Amino acid sequence: MSCVTVRSPGCHVGTGLTFGPVATVTTQPAQRRAPKTGRFDSSVVKKTVMAVSGIIMILYLLAHMVGNLKAFSGAESFNSYSGWIRTIGEPALPTQTVLWIIRLVLLAAVVLHFWAAISLWRQARRARPVPYVTKKRVQQSFASRTVRWGGLILALFIIWHILDLTLGAVNPVGHDSTPYDRLVASFSNIPITLFYVVSMVLLGLHLRHGIFAATQTLGQTNKKRERAVNGLAYVVAGVITVGFLLVPLSVAFGLID
Amino acid sequence: MMSLTLRIWRQRDRTKKGKMVTYHVTDVSPDMSFLEMLDVLNEKLILDGDDPVAFDHDCREGICGSCGLMINGIAHGPEQATVCQLHMRSFSDGDVLDIEPWRAGGFPVVKDLAVDRSAFDRIISAGGFISAPTGTAPEAHSTPVPKKNSDAAFDAATCIGCGACVAACPNGSAMLFTAAKVAHLGLMPQGQPERDTRVLKMVAQQDAEDFGGCSNIGECSAVCPKGISMETISRLNHDLLGALRAGAVPMS
Repeated sequence: MSCVTVRSPGCHVGTGLTFGPVATVTTQPAQRRAPKTGRFDSSVVKKTVMAVSGIIMILYLLAHMVGNLKAFSGAESFNSYSGWIRTIGEPALPTQTVLWIIRLVLLAAVVLHFWAAISLWRQARRARPVPYVTKKRVQQSFASRTVRWGGLILALFIIWHILDLTLGAVNPVGHDSTPYDRLVASFSNIPITLFYVVSMVLLGLHLRHGIFAATQTLGQTNKKRERAVNGLAYVVAGVITVGFLLVPLSVAFGLID
Repeated sequence: MMSLTLRIWRQRDRTKKGKMVTYHVTDVSPDMSFLEMLDVLNEKLILDGDDPVAFDHDCREGICGSCGLMINGIAHGPEQATVCQLHMRSFSDGDVLDIEPWRAGGFPVVKDLAVDRSAFDRIISAGGFISAPTGTAPEAHSTPVPKKNSDAAFDAATCIGCGACVAACPNGSAMLFTAAKVAHLGLMPQGQPERDTRVLKMVAQQDAEDFGGCSNIGECSAVCPKGISMETISRLNHDLLGALRAGAVPMS
């Protein structure tokens, strides 16, 4: 005999009905849960933080990609571009002022993006405490499914990337080299190049979902714009991925040395 | 006539651990609805002196939102309709079907396949209403509504609150449900006075009910028996950001 509440109308314990138990389930009113009132407790505000910080990083990636392509015009052009970034605004501004502003804005964007991601990930885990025995995907894309783990791998990539090409700490030619030397040294190494290629493909997937999601989170999508927004996501993700892969693959295949 | 093997989630109440139990049903007509097939199983269980499978159902014509099951991993099964409007002709003789309840922190299992969806009621009572004087209905033409808005509001208003969006969402988010209500009322002139506080309160309540955040994956809309569009979530986000810009503060 199973009765969820004793008040259940169909719940007749011990009435001796000959056809057996009657399943009646009534919904007990659960405790009203008080919502949190802080602005940054709202999942939509967290998503907005994620969208805005993501857009800042995309703009940086586009500039970074264009800078990388200077490798095709030779060592001197590449190295002098690297020097120029450090001297923008001189003599009005001290050396590296602009560079440090860019670095701090990027650091803030990465930290906020990561905070929002972890916070929403934890909320999602609380939201499904018992997993399904069988769960099928109906329409989700590979990009949307891998956005969280892909993001974690990209975070590791960023750390390695700075140690390798910015600081030279883990670079084959070390930190006393020119940026161009570090570039060639890294991508002449097959495992490093492969890690870079995998990371850039993950970045492309991350951006393909992220650009659509950011547009949606900022409330700018609708049925009419859906195709255009998805198209934009594919184009930007594709341009950034291919743009970043051109230089390392050219080094790996000996087109740049 | 078809014979099916059903693997059904059995759980006595929300404090007990549940498990999948295998049943065989025979003499299933392809014209039966999925719920009628479960009725056949339950009649057999009752005659055998077993505990029948508990599942929610009411109108059985796809408009009340009571029924809802995960069938082989898809909310409401293979057709984009409620389980009561799903017919056995969508399956084949000899199929093995896994039947589970909606799974979400905000939807605790009451028994077997029945879950407590009162979290949805609390999201509605947080702001899913308009304040209007009751009494004689005003003349319908006295408040004109642009055709585009009335169509979009009507599309959002078709939400029956079944919870399939939450069940299908990898994040267990109730954002499609919340967004449908916010969009429905926010598009009507009568919904304007409370538009800012409504979206803030309803989103705060959906977060508090142990539902997840939306990550724009789109599984919700794909299984929604009413085909509520992801556009409504964009509208909710737009309204919430607008409300914050206008200085409204999230509150309980």
